Amino acid sequence: MTILEDRPSNPAAGDHDRPIGHGRMQRKEDPRFVRGKGHYIDDIVLPGMLHGAILRAPVAHARLVSIDTTEALAHPKVLAVITGSDLQALGLAWAPTLSMDVQAVLVTDKVRFQGQEVAFVVAEDRYAARDALELIEVEYDVLPPVVDARKAMDPGAPVIRDDLEGRTDNHIFDWEAGNKAETDAVFASADVVVKQEIVYPRVHPAPMETCGAVADFDPIDGRLTLYETTQAPHAHRTLFAMVSGIPEHKIRVVSPDIGGGFGNKVGIYPGYILAVVGSIVTGKPVKWVEDRSENLMSTSFARDYIMQGEIAATKDGKILALRTNVLADHGAFNATAQPTKYPAGFFHIFTGSYDLAAAHCTVTGVYTNKAPGGVAYACSFRVTEAVYLVERMVDILARKLDMDPAELRLRNFIKKEQFPYANKTGWEYDSGDYEPTMRLSMKMAGYDELRREQKEKRERGELMGIGISFFTETVGAGPRKDMDILGLGMADGAELRIHPTGKAVVRISVQSQGQGHETTFAQIVAEEIGIPPEDIDVVHGDTDQTPFGLGTYGSRSTPVSGAAVALVARKVREKARFIAAAMLETRPEDLEWEKGRWFVKGDPSVGKTMAEIAMGAHGTVALPEGIDGNLDAEVTYDPPNLTFPFGAYICVVDVDPGTGHVKVRRFIAVDDCGTRINPMIIEGQIHGGLTDGVGMALMEIIEFDAEGNCLGGSFMDYLIPTAMEVPDWETGFTVTPSPHHPIGAKGVGESATVGSPPAVVNAVVDALAPFGVVHMDMPCTPARVWEAMQGRTRPPV
Amino acid sequence: MQIPAPFDYVRASSVDNALALLDRHGAESRVVAGGHSLLPMMKLRLARPDWLIDINDLFELDYLLVDGPVMRIGAMTRHTTLLESDDVRRLFPIICDAERVIADPIVRNRGTIGGSLCQADPAEDLSTVCHVLEAVAVVRGPAGERMLSMAEFHRGPYETAVAQNELLIEVRVPIRAGSGSAYEKVERRVGDWAVAAAGASVTLAGDGTISQVAVGLTAVGLDHNVTEVEAILVGQAPAETLFIEAGRLASLACDPLADQRGPIDYKRHLADELTRRVLRVSCSRAAASVSDITI
Ligand SMILES: Cc1cc2nc3c(=O)[nH]c(=O)nc-3n(C[C@H](O)[C@H](O)[C@H](O)COP(=O)(O)OP(=O)(O)OC[C@H]3O[C@@H](n4cnc5c(N)ncnc54)[C@H](O)[C@@H]3O)c2cc1C
Repeated sequence: MTILEDRPSNPAAGDHDRPIGHGRMQRKEDPRFVRGKGHYIDDIVLPGMLHGAILRAPVAHARLVSIDTTEALAHPKVLAVITGSDLQALGLAWAPTLSMDVQAVLVTDKVRFQGQEVAFVVAEDRYAARDALELIEVEYDVLPPVVDARKAMDPGAPVIRDDLEGRTDNHIFDWEAGNKAETDAVFASADVVVKQEIVYPRVHPAPMETCGAVADFDPIDGRLTLYETTQAPHAHRTLFAMVSGIPEHKIRVVSPDIGGGFGNKVGIYPGYILAVVGSIVTGKPVKWVEDRSENLMSTSFARDYIMQGEIAATKDGKILALRTNVLADHGAFNATAQPTKYPAGFFHIFTGSYDLAAAHCTVTGVYTNKAPGGVAYACSFRVTEAVYLVERMVDILARKLDMDPAELRLRNFIKKEQFPYANKTGWEYDSGDYEPTMRLSMKMAGYDELRREQKEKRERGELMGIGISFFTETVGAGPRKDMDILGLGMADGAELRIHPTGKAVVRISVQSQGQGHETTFAQIVAEEIGIPPEDIDVVHGDTDQTPFGLGTYGSRSTPVSGAAVALVARKVREKARFIAAAMLETRPEDLEWEKGRWFVKGDPSVGKTMAEIAMGAHGTVALPEGIDGNLDAEVTYDPPNLTFPFGAYICVVDVDPGTGHVKVRRFIAVDDCGTRINPMIIEGQIHGGLTDGVGMALMEIIEFDAEGNCLGGSFMDYLIPTAMEVPDWETGFTVTPSPHHPIGAKGVGESATVGSPPAVVNAVVDALAPFGVVHMDMPCTPARVWEAMQGRTRPPV
Repeated sequence: MQIPAPFDYVRASSVDNALALLDRHGAESRVVAGGHSLLPMMKLRLARPDWLIDINDLFELDYLLVDGPVMRIGAMTRHTTLLESDDVRRLFPIICDAERVIADPIVRNRGTIGGSLCQADPAEDLSTVCHVLEAVAVVRGPAGERMLSMAEFHRGPYETAVAQNELLIEVRVPIRAGSGSAYEKVERRVGDWAVAAAGASVTLAGDGTISQVAVGLTAVGLDHNVTEVEAILVGQAPAETLFIEAGRLASLACDPLADQRGPIDYKRHLADELTRRVLRVSCSRAAASVSDITI
């Protein structure tokens, strides 16, 4: 294993920039990935395995009149065709969603979105399964769809969820945070108030690997082994037990290598359940892997928030208050993944990085005839929408006040000494020091020079824009007292065993989809107990092998499981002290720790290494009372609070005045995620997230036509960015550790996705200032930018 | 994995063999060249041939040669070959301009000029280029070879004069001294099909006036050159005012549809804007090639 040298430290980072446990070490998982030896769902082949395929609805809203499966069943290679009525007989036609709603596994009564699951074919090979779909005859009675969320609550709008008792409209929930009266009062007396509708359109996570499962039900001992593309294997096991009636100890969920998640693989999709049913019905393992169009059309989307924003300030630029009303399009079933208490996720962090006198938000969720899901795509539970709202509003205010947007931000930041900071909607920000981060980004960008260049270019009719975004995230869900998903508290377990020869295995509940857990978690343990990371194996993704925990999403792995791992390592270290004392025939309190070794105070030559202690633990040394003969430990970590990473991003764009084409010329990203473990992995996360952000800002949108047809069902229509659309990223960092996390780490997986879209859009709007453009909605495609230049900005939905 | 409907597959060993196979397997057989248009359509089950006749072994159709007054381009010439050819860059910079923005390297390594022209996708770039260059298509069938102008060859979206039992063999492009050409495309993302694109070719006479000009548009509902521009440009010295007028005529001549790539007025605007740009570049390239010749 090569260990790269640390980069020279960043002078702005203060004393905390020493990375943890061998720092910039190459990823332990990479040798298998770069050699094409990763092992994904579709690589799994079991003896006698059959293949499933799903028939999907061609229309968005229709009553199911009849299904005829005779011809499909007559196909020589088809073993089973399962329909909604078959599932109904088993009590499996509907499954609970992560938001306490229900979702149809297969249509029984009515199609509610285009691409919804109608029937499942099990055949000897995937070709036959796919061919047989065309042999199923379905008759639909097409109904008018609800496509525009703004019209979902109109009187007379078709009621989508007539399956729910007493339902007479498409309303899902109303939710609010902050103090309305206080906020309204501040607004009423403010010098300046600006308003803007801001739309965050529906986008899709589009991981490289689509969703899939291999279900293997053993009819003899009643055991179900389910290989799944899941970011949350333990939560899935519990839900499968609850839904299927198979006892939980007979279910093993395995999440092998995962080709990207971004939230897309948090929910339980009908396909997974159908693979299980298929295996139960046929007595053979069944594989189901969706294709790209199925993934884009039917699995969880992200965003789809129509936000009415308002910001109040004094005329000299003190921001006083923010308020917003949000209309949230949740699709046909409320399948959003988020803590139960928060139907709009953590959107109420929309107060951002600013010290406000008041804030208030309301969110109304509605059903539409679109794919369900939501809160996918690296969003930290809707922090993406929140950051986009506040960072756009601040820019709009800066324009109104004729003030530099950097200056306006600097004047309004929460000050270092105000942390821990209680914001007006109920969060307690753990730590922050915003100004140095902002100033570092401006220095790296050469901010003043850029403004000068822009001025000159404007005089020549060239369009250059500079956009700033300063985000504060809230990640690491979360304290059990506040946060659960379907009643499961959001705490994470970890187990550490030191083998007799001093090699270790750490078992974690979270699952990696590219985040590098096998490296990061080994590094955390290495730092704590002084065993090199190469000697520490990280086991994850298999419920039979790992302790319970809620999974990887919302940037929670390092804040929650990272803490669990640090604590379990400390527990082992403490235990080692007792065993070392027994071996050295001294008292534990007479020993002192240096990385990897306990020694006698005042006599460093007398001591025991972790390997010696491990052998001792398993050997014949007489152990003190209460210490068992191993060097193992386990913990479950309940985070006392969330962590609040932040960052300053600056984007520079050039817009072609003749075509409206936007080129991102530079992007400067300074992130503060607290203590840094492996800086290379952090940078990788940032690079990916920034690319995501540029994609959303410039090209990504899942659109629907008036009939509810999904217009984003292939990569021809749903564009994702390539290396050609992004500049060389210029990254920097500051380090403000979390005071409550054992190693001060905050989580970074989603920071860049959350923080970058407003920087890009702010830059585009800034470039278009000569045309009087104050706001334009994403995606900033050439056509939409050109329309904005004509004074015809329009919402994308 | 997207799975096409069942089909049979055979590799042709020569042009004659391919024609015989097309004849034998009849209406539901199709040749596959680079496969970058046909296979995606099959995977979406929009195309369902019973037989695929693979012509990738027909190396005899993979060539680029300057032959007196024409460049002959074999139908199996890959996009990459066109992009990397020095002769092409020197004689027909419009082809390089276009190839640079057709798809991505993976597609360009396999996709062929023959497949592109026969696919005749309305947003396909090489059809416009061949129209502008006044290329001739050589088509062979059971009854022998036919030479077709682009106007005869290209019948509209997804429609060409190539019959089911024929093959496009070659594209012949006339070489003109003192000419310059250019192509520009607006795309939402690198590798995306055009929102709109324009191509131009200009030949300058000894006195610096325009002796020949052609302008074509892509993805805006026009299957032929913008012939209206010829009357105003031929015989004139290149001038910005003329390009502006030509752009205006191009925007009037096209007939775009609104879609996810943009509304109609934007596409008309691009026809205008891009026509001006490609005329400007073509004229300066032509002027440079004239001065090359005099040196
Ligand atoms: C992601 C992607 C992006 C793309 N972007 C662009 C773009 O921006 N601009 C652009 O112009 N193109 C684009 N293309 C299309 C690409 O250029 C294709 O290669 C081209 O359209 C077809 O060439 P082919 O050799 O792959 O043809 P095939 O797919 O093999 O064939 C296409 C059709 O032509 C027929 N055919 C092929 N060769 C012959 C022949 N010699 N005689 C008779 N019939 C024949 C086939 O039967 C078939 O019907 C893109 C393709 C992809 C996959």
